[in-house]
Amino acid sequence: MIELLQQYWRDFLYTDGTHITGLAMTMWLLTASLAIGFVASIPLSIARVSPRFWIRWPVQFYTYLFRGTPLYIQLLICYTGIYSLAAVREQPLLDSFFRDAMNCTILAFALNTCAYTTEIFAGAIRSMNHGEVEAAKAYGLRGWKLYAYIIMPSALRRSLPYYSNEVILMLHSTTVAFTATVPDVLKVARDANSATFLTFQSFGIAALIYLCVTFALVGLFRLAERRWLAFLGPTH
Amino acid sequence: MFEDLLQFLGLSAFSLKGFGPLLLQGTWMTIKLSFMSLLVSVGLGLLGASAKLSPMRPLRLIAQAYTTLIRGVPDLVLMLLIFYSLQTWLTTLTDYLEWEYIEIDPFAAGVITLGFIYGAYFTETFRGAILAVPRGQVEAATAYGLKRMQRFRFVVFPQMMRFALPGIGNNWMVMLKATALVSIIGLADLVKAAQDAGKSSYQLFYFLMVAAFIYLLITSASNIALRWLERRYNVGTREAIR
Repeated sequence: MIELLQQYWRDFLYTDGTHITGLAMTMWLLTASLAIGFVASIPLSIARVSPRFWIRWPVQFYTYLFRGTPLYIQLLICYTGIYSLAAVREQPLLDSFFRDAMNCTILAFALNTCAYTTEIFAGAIRSMNHGEVEAAKAYGLRGWKLYAYIIMPSALRRSLPYYSNEVILMLHSTTVAFTATVPDVLKVARDANSATFLTFQSFGIAALIYLCVTFALVGLFRLAERRWLAFLGPTH
Repeated sequence: MFEDLLQFLGLSAFSLKGFGPLLLQGTWMTIKLSFMSLLVSVGLGLLGASAKLSPMRPLRLIAQAYTTLIRGVPDLVLMLLIFYSLQTWLTTLTDYLEWEYIEIDPFAAGVITLGFIYGAYFTETFRGAILAVPRGQVEAATAYGLKRMQRFRFVVFPQMMRFALPGIGNNWMVMLKATALVSIIGLADLVKAAQDAGKSSYQLFYFLMVAAFIYLLITSASNIALRWLERRYNVGTREAIR
């Protein structure tokens, strides 16, 4: 156990000497996919609650597709499936994009988390207090101003507890990245396992690392909720 | 016959190239695995929930540790950890007891692993649902002289299910999608079948899409079934008209 740690602690945390590996890679995957997913999900969630069928329907179809299939399949399609098409390999731009495992992984993760986040935000927009919206309209706020100043700040705050759940789920989902040869924590654990045959210890260390990250994220979100959701708590 | 129909419709590009039975076997494996794991995890969840609500402190602590640890660690990591360690532990045990070598069947190991992981999620679901049943119901049942098991079976359980169903549905969906990971530990599920078919026919993209579509069918069917169940367990409760 001690030797395993001595030999692999650096790999587990940040590097194997040449590449970023382990925890640093997991965190990079997580932040990159969450950031893309978050930015894309804001306009999508507004479209998702649109009264117009032709705006609402494509977004609904997209979230249905991505929430109804496993992330592992989505990653396989992005990583091995798309690149197996001759049409993709012939296009220089697409070829260079899909040849890189990192690009495919982040693309699949971002699309997946964006679908879940869109539904979370859309739910929060739908449960918006109609009095607030009417008051804003009475003050003359219309169109994007209504969304930017009244609806989105409130909806994003109220979806914080659900969003924190999604972030934890996403952290747990990043583990499938090793199937696309991305060297995250689990990949290091597998390599350590096949080199030393200390199965329980190798995967145990990985489990502990993920556990610590999960607790840290839960703590951070609790702080954020205390800051941004204070108005929902009891008054004192 | 299916192939002939496709040919007739001019859709031979959508032919499964003779891999239909393989995909069907994989689908069956996925469904079987999900259902068996559901059984194990619901059992564990009920046990865990009663441990969490029990007056005995050690039981509560064990259940608390179980749910916190399992829910804090990714399912894939646990799957690899338990799946590979289970065999090692069993071998050590049989060596110690001087029994014959027992090899765990991968399917059973998959069911145990998934059931153990999702048991933690079900524990939380059932705990919340049991707490949502009004206390007076249990007291009334006790006053009628019902025994512990009878109280649970006839009074708490039917009412608890109403509160537990949304959580159960959610857990089921997550678990169904998590079964896609068992191909990593070597089980011949739908993902494995699609990959094999795709690799040998050089049409990986197409077969992965077919697999995704089958998953979509299963999740959609589950959604419909869950909505039906929810209506059934909500009989007799008033709902606001929208």
